[in-house]
Amino acid sequence: MNIVVLVKQVPDTYSERKLADADHTLDRDSADAVLDEINERAVEEALQLQATHGGEVTVVCVGPDRATDAIRKALSMGADKAVHVSDAALHGSDAIATAKVLAKAVGTVEGVDLVLAGNEATDGRVGALPAMVAELLGLPALTHARKVEVDGSTVKVERETDEGVFFLEASLPAVISVNEKINEPRYPSFKGIMAAKKKPVSTLAIGDLGVDAGEVGLGGSWTQVTEAAPKPPRAAGQRVEDEGDGGVKVAEYLVGQKLI
Amino acid sequence: MAEVLVLVDHVDGEVKKVTYELLTAARAIGEPSAVVVGAPGTAAKVNQALAGYGAAKVYVAESENAANQLVTPEVDVLAALVGQASPAAVLVAATPKGKEVAGRLAIRTGSGLLVDAVDVAADASVTQSIFGGAFTVKAKAGTGVPVISVRPGGVEAVAAEGAATEQALEVPATDAAKVVTITSREPLKGGDRPELTEASIVVSGGRGVGSAESFEVVEKLADTLGAAVGASRAAVDSGYYPHQFQVGQTGKTVSPQLYIALGISGAIQHRAGMQTSKTIIAVNKDTEAPIFEIADFGVVGDLFKVAPQLTDEVAKRKG
Ligand SMILES: Cc1cc2nc3c(=O)[nH]c(=O)nc-3n(C[C@H](O)[C@H](O)[C@H](O)COP(=O)(O)OP(=O)(O)OC[C@H]3O[C@@H](n4cnc5c(N)ncnc54)[C@H](O)[C@@H]3O)c2cc1C
Ligand SMILES: Nc1ncnc2c1ncn2[C@@H]1O[C@H](COP(=O)(O)O)[C@@H](O)[C@H]1O
Repeated sequence: MNIVVLVKQVPDTYSERKLADADHTLDRDSADAVLDEINERAVEEALQLQATHGGEVTVVCVGPDRATDAIRKALSMGADKAVHVSDAALHGSDAIATAKVLAKAVGTVEGVDLVLAGNEATDGRVGALPAMVAELLGLPALTHARKVEVDGSTVKVERETDEGVFFLEASLPAVISVNEKINEPRYPSFKGIMAAKKKPVSTLAIGDLGVDAGEVGLGGSWTQVTEAAPKPPRAAGQRVEDEGDGGVKVAEYLVGQKLI
Repeated sequence: MAEVLVLVDHVDGEVKKVTYELLTAARAIGEPSAVVVGAPGTAAKVNQALAGYGAAKVYVAESENAANQLVTPEVDVLAALVGQASPAAVLVAATPKGKEVAGRLAIRTGSGLLVDAVDVAADASVTQSIFGGAFTVKAKAGTGVPVISVRPGGVEAVAAEGAATEQALEVPATDAAKVVTITSREPLKGGDRPELTEASIVVSGGRGVGSAESFEVVEKLADTLGAAVGASRAAVDSGYYPHQFQVGQTGKTVSPQLYIALGISGAIQHRAGMQTSKTIIAVNKDTEAPIFEIADFGVVGDLFKVAPQLTDEVAKRKG
């Protein structure tokens, strides 16, 4: 079974994240960049499915040159090869423009049975890229999976959201997005890290995918950011030591604020 | 006045609060038309509620498939309506399902997608709050009919009268190769507490609560305040509390009037989901805990002493 995993490099959530003043796009230099944690889980799930069903695991990433670090991480976990779409024209692409490029990039991988992704990226929190890629590829989208099972040409997923746990079924090929509960991702081994250096990464420009520069980037996107401003950080308020009356003091504060 | 399509968020015919927020937001742009997609009989259950928030029209798309297939029925119905009604915008809730409906619909109709808006202006441009509230951004759609997902709790619902005139629609059949069938469902045990994203008070517990049993301390305070219960990821990962209650970067974003953090250190990823709360109270036995940096009122102490005392005090004042 051939599996594609969509992985994204994001600013580390531990660092301060900013927007660039000039064009309101993500300031990629201001924060450390990492493979999004949810994508580690997607790679882990792909590797587990591969262990049972065989086939190849290909990582697909749309992002600037430095995203190769995120790709190497996925390869060192055990993925077989990668497709990296990097192009200056992509700067400032919105979700739809990104989805179009991702769908085209998935199309370069032969005989794909399953596309795995994270349910939501920690930077944009669009939470719809997997569904949008499915829409573009004409595939079913089984999203927010906490459990995945493949049986012949059928895939079954347990989807967990606020609506409850839904038991889903669709036919392959399909797109699946995973949630935080699906698994614990493995750490790359030393051997894995060394092996990853030799694994094939095909780097593509949008022209290689037949995508026109007018469809992507700041200019080609169907939405525009018109303004962006940082919010002033919250200031610390009062702090008291509990001397046996901490609960009373909180209650008094709440009464003072007319909150109770 | 131009129509604005609002996808009704409901569970088996019970309207979710966010729908009223969507209808309110829609009135800033034009005349709201509610779109009901669900099992036969759904519209009859929801019509009155929609009329109470200004729905001029109610499009009714009912079928067994609409209830048993994931996301595509909503996309198919809305896409057909966008062609038919030429609306000024389409609004859906920024829930996991709504975000997907919006994304797919925008692609299907060649329209700009605006995600997770916390406010919607008359020209269908939006305000967004990103990186856990660290930045406020304004954006607009330059192409097609703006498809906007609106964050639950982002816009305050205001009642208004609407005719809610029903108009029936077909649910188009989806190509079998693209269908996702919902074979069965299990509700999550939420209990009688308000929903996290809807509650005006949230009481959250972290790793400091120490066990699933001790979460009772958090729940008791929450119940006395009429609050929702939340949890940090460490509390969820340790199995103290279910996943759906996680607040933070990869959990729920909440912005209540009052947020009470018990035994939570205040890691940046937790703060990302709650720092836009109006008032923040923290109880932590570590003076250095970063949660105190953003708390309006902090108590350095043992949550097992402070929280029960607070619960009693609140109960007393309620009489
Ligand atoms: C990609 C990513 C996404 C993440 N997403 C989230 C998210 O959505 N939500 C989230 O919460 N975290 C998230 N995290 C995890 C986050 O980094 C922290 O690990 C987590 O928030 C810590 O939870 P905690 O404060 O409960 O636990 P700890 O950091 O262990 O803090 C426990 C606190 O309890 C206090 N304490 C202990 N006993 C008592 C007592 N008896 N009385 C009073 N105080 C006591 C301690 O002093 C301590 O400050 C994410 C991390 C990553 C990398
Ligand atoms: N630029 C990208 N390159 C590869 N995968 C992506 C990209 N953007 C989003 N994804 C995938 O889509 C998932 C959900 O992202 P989002 O819809 O942006 O919140 C991520 O976890 C990734 O698996």
